[in-house]
Amino acid sequence: MNVLARTSAVLVKDLLSEIRTRYALNALLMFIITAVAIILFALRGDTPGTVVLAGMFWVVVFFTGMSGLSRIFVSEEERGTALTLQLLAPPGVVYFGKLAFNVLLTLVLVAGVTAVYLVAFPGFIIQTPSIFFVTLLLGSLGLASAATIIAAIVAKAGSRGTLYPVLSFPVVVVLLMTVMNATVKSLDGEEFSAAIVDFVVLISYVMVMTAGSFLLFEFVWKD
Amino acid sequence: MTIVKYGSIVLITLVILAGLGIPLSPAPQSWLEFPVIPGLEDKARNIFFHVPTAWTTVLAFIVSMVFGFRYLRTRNLEYDLKSVTSAGLGLLFCLLATVTGAVWAKFNWGSFWNWDPRQTSIFILLLIYGAYFALRSAIEVSEKRASLSAVYAIVAGLTVPFFIFIMPRMMSGLHPGAQGDSSGSGPLFESGMMAGNMRVLFYTSLLGFNLLYVWLMDLRLRVARIDSQIMDQGTEG
Amino acid sequence: MILTAENISKTFNRRTVFREIGFTVAAGQSIAVTGRNGAGKSTLLKILAGLLTPTRGSVRYDVDGSVCGPEEIRASLGFVSPYLQLYDEFSALENLRLLSRMRSATVAADDRCREMLTRFGLWERRDDQVRTYSSGMKQRLKYVVALLDDPQVLLLDEPSANLDADGIAAVSHVYESSQRRILVVATNDRSEAERCELKVHLGTGAS
Repeated sequence: MNVLARTSAVLVKDLLSEIRTRYALNALLMFIITAVAIILFALRGDTPGTVVLAGMFWVVVFFTGMSGLSRIFVSEEERGTALTLQLLAPPGVVYFGKLAFNVLLTLVLVAGVTAVYLVAFPGFIIQTPSIFFVTLLLGSLGLASAATIIAAIVAKAGSRGTLYPVLSFPVVVVLLMTVMNATVKSLDGEEFSAAIVDFVVLISYVMVMTAGSFLLFEFVWKD
Repeated sequence: MTIVKYGSIVLITLVILAGLGIPLSPAPQSWLEFPVIPGLEDKARNIFFHVPTAWTTVLAFIVSMVFGFRYLRTRNLEYDLKSVTSAGLGLLFCLLATVTGAVWAKFNWGSFWNWDPRQTSIFILLLIYGAYFALRSAIEVSEKRASLSAVYAIVAGLTVPFFIFIMPRMMSGLHPGAQGDSSGSGPLFESGMMAGNMRVLFYTSLLGFNLLYVWLMDLRLRVARIDSQIMDQGTEG
Repeated sequence: MILTAENISKTFNRRTVFREIGFTVAAGQSIAVTGRNGAGKSTLLKILAGLLTPTRGSVRYDVDGSVCGPEEIRASLGFVSPYLQLYDEFSALENLRLLSRMRSATVAADDRCREMLTRFGLWERRDDQVRTYSSGMKQRLKYVVALLDDPQVLLLDEPSANLDADGIAAVSHVYESSQRRILVVATNDRSEAERCELKVHLGTGAS
């Protein structure tokens, strides 16, 4: 498929660029470590319950994502390559290429946060891995789909850092509440069937957000 | 528009006078007495103000989204003006609904804020309005401002059904109609909880607030158009 | 192929950049877009390339009487402009390969890359990152990218910006080898404008 090959070309371009410059990845890793360190200082050796742990997990994921996920569009605007890309590829190809990159980046991010949490918090024991992994997967898809369209808006708005979390939070709050809910269930060792309601909400969120973003992206991308 | 203007003034005045003046009684004998709703008592009068403002907030948001969408289709800045004007009114009514709701919550549930699902929803709606205006103020070029803020309003609007339909059912809440509420969907939707006269006054109020919205919308659009004319003359002269 | 611009107007922030520009250019013809700084030359070229939507009016490309869709236009367009930058963390050769994959899902043929890079004097530096290039070399590379797929429509915004004598000679060669192309040149250089058969002059911009 021509469209698929071109979409993957956009993804490959961004991956190669990331491997070469490590703009996003280094910042993300440092951000995770810093955020978890602050939480640990604040707790002073206290052992928080599963609700707090699940909540803090996604707080770290959200704010770390806010520091790195806008990069893909902001860097194109900053370097003046956005028009080059617009000339070469149709909006849908660009959108899905960028979305795929952000999904991969978010998956790396949640994997990193999970690893750090397992080491840093003794109380963070995943009792139902099936719920946990499905939640991570759907949560990453949802966060990336919302973050990508907002990143495109922020990049075109010309105001770089500060606006991004402000615009993103109201859009992802439903997602965050649902993934926090499901993560608590996985830490409390509930049955997989107990989290199916959450997964249905997450799947519909991903579908609505991706379809809406795809249809609206052209209006953002083209000046 | 004069009809709308005086209509909204008359209707809302009527609702204020009647809503505050008519006594509540357990067994109403005539049209001029409201029945007592168990658990709400005199505080039930707030329904004439709180629910219509919340309704107008949602209406203003939908109107803003629709005009945003029409801007994207036509690139006519007139639609952007309508979209942003409606959003401004939505923010105003959103604040009113939040305040009337918080006051009601204080006297009925014990504290101003309880993170009940509907309180969470209106808080998020406030954040969306805030973010929308923050985005607009960050962009200089009016065409870009119009298209980016329209897209943002629609993207944010995509998540609103989740608040309305899904969250109240997933979380326990205090508003009528929440998960496990024994009184059903609340006085508005369950027959027998609101007497006929109360219901009439409620819908009068709803109509009054809708007319108020239409009137304010017209007023602010006229002001905005005069503003832009003055600006145009300024740049030519 | 025929390019038709009908009554194009563009406004930014309620300010009219230009209004009611119209012309027709057929394959083999060239047109010069002239006008002072800020008259909207770059904006007009972006509109012709489909990167901007005109406030009013329309741009149309026809082949044998049928109107081209956006994908056909994209496939037959080359554009050199100060607003179109290349990826400076990649080398010249990587840029050519990545960009052609995004454009047409095929990797640019090595022979063609070599031919074009040699013509613009960049073959020796093909594996160096573009960030190490001078502004003139970057401008040359933009020509290589634009001409790689032998486009039927070539849009040049400030064609000789930052170029030395060799570069300008290479660009002259482009003009001469564009016999079957539609060539649109936005320039303030009188001699460059003289080379084109047709002319469009954009007014002062204030109206």
